[in-house]
Amino acid sequence: MIKSPKPVTTRRAFLKSAAAVSGALVIGFWLPEKGGRAWAQGTPKPVHPNAFLRIGKDGTVTVIVKHLEFGQGVTTSLPMLIAEELECDWTKVKAELAPAGPEFANLAFGMQGTGGSSSVSNSWEQFRTVGAQARTMLVSAAAAQWKVKPEACKADKGFVTGPGGKKASYGQLAEAAAKMPVPEKVALKAPKDWKLIGKATKRIDSQEKVDAKTVFGMDVKRPNLHVALVLHPPVFGARVAGINAEKVKGVAGVTHVVEISGGVAVVGKSFWAAKKGRDALEVQWDTPEALKVSSDKLTAQYKELAKQPGPSAKKAADPNAIKTAAKTVSAEYEFPFLAHAPMEPLNCTVEFRGAEAEIWAGSQFQMMDQGAAAKVFGLAPEKVKLHTMAAGGGFGRRANPVSDYIVEACEIAKEIKVPVKLIWTREDDIKGGFYRPAYVHRVEAGIDAKGKVVGWNHAIVGQSIIAGTPFEGFLVKNGIDDTSVEGVADSPYDLANLDVTLHTTKSAIPSLWWRSVGHTHTAFVMETMVDELAAAAGQDPVAFRKVLLAKHPRHVATLELAAAKAGWGKPLPKGRARGIAVHESFGSVCAQVAEISIEGGAVKVHRVVAALDCGVVVNPLTVEAQVQSAIVYGLSAVLQSEITLKDGQVQQSNFHNYGVLRINETPKIEVHLVASTLDKPTGVGEPGTPPVGPAVANAVAALTGKRPRVLPLGKTKWA
Amino acid sequence: MIKFFVNGEPVQFANDPDTPLLWVLRDNLGLVGTKFGCGRAQCGACTVHIAGEAERSCSIKVSAVAGKNVNTIEGLTPSNPVVKAVKAAWVDKDVVQCGYCQPGQIMSAVALLAKNKAPTDAQIDDAMEGNLCRCGTYPRIREAVKTAAASLGGKR
Repeated sequence: MIKSPKPVTTRRAFLKSAAAVSGALVIGFWLPEKGGRAWAQGTPKPVHPNAFLRIGKDGTVTVIVKHLEFGQGVTTSLPMLIAEELECDWTKVKAELAPAGPEFANLAFGMQGTGGSSSVSNSWEQFRTVGAQARTMLVSAAAAQWKVKPEACKADKGFVTGPGGKKASYGQLAEAAAKMPVPEKVALKAPKDWKLIGKATKRIDSQEKVDAKTVFGMDVKRPNLHVALVLHPPVFGARVAGINAEKVKGVAGVTHVVEISGGVAVVGKSFWAAKKGRDALEVQWDTPEALKVSSDKLTAQYKELAKQPGPSAKKAADPNAIKTAAKTVSAEYEFPFLAHAPMEPLNCTVEFRGAEAEIWAGSQFQMMDQGAAAKVFGLAPEKVKLHTMAAGGGFGRRANPVSDYIVEACEIAKEIKVPVKLIWTREDDIKGGFYRPAYVHRVEAGIDAKGKVVGWNHAIVGQSIIAGTPFEGFLVKNGIDDTSVEGVADSPYDLANLDVTLHTTKSAIPSLWWRSVGHTHTAFVMETMVDELAAAAGQDPVAFRKVLLAKHPRHVATLELAAAKAGWGKPLPKGRARGIAVHESFGSVCAQVAEISIEGGAVKVHRVVAALDCGVVVNPLTVEAQVQSAIVYGLSAVLQSEITLKDGQVQQSNFHNYGVLRINETPKIEVHLVASTLDKPTGVGEPGTPPVGPAVANAVAALTGKRPRVLPLGKTKWA
Repeated sequence: MIKFFVNGEPVQFANDPDTPLLWVLRDNLGLVGTKFGCGRAQCGACTVHIAGEAERSCSIKVSAVAGKNVNTIEGLTPSNPVVKAVKAAWVDKDVVQCGYCQPGQIMSAVALLAKNKAPTDAQIDDAMEGNLCRCGTYPRIREAVKTAAASLGGKR
């Protein structure tokens, strides 16, 4: 059956921008108190171990992982935390992804969510506590059976042993243990007694991923499952003016054409049917001139704005101090829009059964997505069951406050009333918005004769990621989106008279956080400008930074480790140069040294040496992997990736023109971990991304004498 | 009606002959180990073996494989020495992150090592550059391919 919608004159509220839609959302979740920063919140509360743990009769320990696994290794590291205290047999530990549910809240967010490099840090106390509680209950159960005191029993490697050689496996004790009271207070092990934490532990999902048995959202199979593709507007904010589905009727296997808030969906019995149907669909779009944005004009506007006075994110004590500088450096920086482009294209499977619904999606924000789906269906959130599927990457794209593709899938399912999987093609993904916004920075900084920074005027221009989302209340203060200025306004450098203004622009181009959020651009500017000041002062870049970071021993230690391991200061072959950068994000400090050459006018990165202070290291193997990952992800953006618009249309469409790093372009990467002074873990997934860009740019400057200020570097021919 | 073989089993396909092989494998045969990533042979997530060569199934019409044998990740023989070596090296080196691209990576690595048991760094890059990984597992992929080659007796 093909529904041929009549041309419609009045439209439902349309996805003009993140702001327009999210403002209207009513979502059933709890947000931390106003004034608190998302990942600074969080006090662990006692939780019933049953939510996170199942022990089978065969002794299998299944840990319910409250975070999405999308590569970061959380299905290994969170079970490690429980197993450490549970004293179980690690080889019998399995992981299962939690569905949507309030008991699975990220304690740093106050709602369920994976992001902000917080999965391990927010679970640190909670998951170890759960393990200790469960162990106590197992011991209590054994003691009760044996009629001895719990103190006379010991738990180790999945068994409880007691006086007189008594021994019972966790599997044998599980049922009785479940009836024991959950202890309110449990003592956690001292670091010296850790058996798993800090030990290189291989991922528990490797074999199933190597065997291609992991079921991603894309792989969900359901009876009578249809596939939907959506024709989105060619210009963000354009509206459907008319639909001609005549030619779609001739496509075998197409079953429905439905208009939804985000465009027009074509549904078929297979991907290919839906794809051919969508190709045959003709839609007229109403596109006001104002929406026909072009990147070059946008950049020019941003540059003009950067020169104007604007809202203050940080005021200098003495704005005139810079006039006393012996030397000043001024620079303007340009950052493009960036797509996340996770390997698994976005998708969502929905079964709408009238009074209830079921959803399968690799979601970073399960409860928000559940709430958004419930709103589409007119159901209570608890009537919508959301299964968290393994996700093929995400980098922020699957954490959308407006649940864009989830809402699309639900709108289609509600209309057609058959099970449906919405699939975004790669073109939909690259052209689909929710980008890291484009930014322009303008900086003027001055040093005195000794190289001390006496003034630093910094203007940032770009869209807000947070404005209009439910996070606005606690992340946007006095018109300043914290994520637009993080890494600048809170710089650890001893910068006298740092002055930061922020011009928040608005457009119909939807924006979203992208691995390391504001640090994606702020670290680049800070670290290249500091490098430039070091050169102006005639000082070594490492020595110059150490003076400015004298009050920050973690930064200094990290910087020194990276420099030492990279052979900083040692001669290099002709045509090679090194650059360094250090940046703090998500509670961790990462320093990197990049070694580069110029080949055929292009920057080639040969080696990146990274040092990271991420507090307590839970699993050194996944930490190393995440730093490698963050560097490759960052390098893609530094060297190749950019989204540009012409007359409102995104000019890139797939990996042939949205460049991302390939194996032959990947440098040797070395990761060194700082022996941290902290007693808890800090972020791991993102902190490796911010420093790589400025480290590369500083190396380019060292080699060529030219300062890269327009990203990606691939736009410029270097010599 | 197009007749061909998938993992040694005869199959028939009666729908649109222009359907990409990838979607016949996934939607019609339920073999979802072969992944959709880009649809235009840019990312390698859909890599399969056709006559021993690593090919991108998203950009091959099903009509083009009539009479041929297509091997997917599900059809890799666990006892095959190259398959065994590659999978063991992938686990040993803790390569996978999200894992979505890895079936494609493994298909490319198996095709490489089946022909060349002692690939140079440049040959590894050359054989694997068609397989994108946004998690950036490339450093460990390199290590794993070398580990697998070494275990197969390849020396260089």
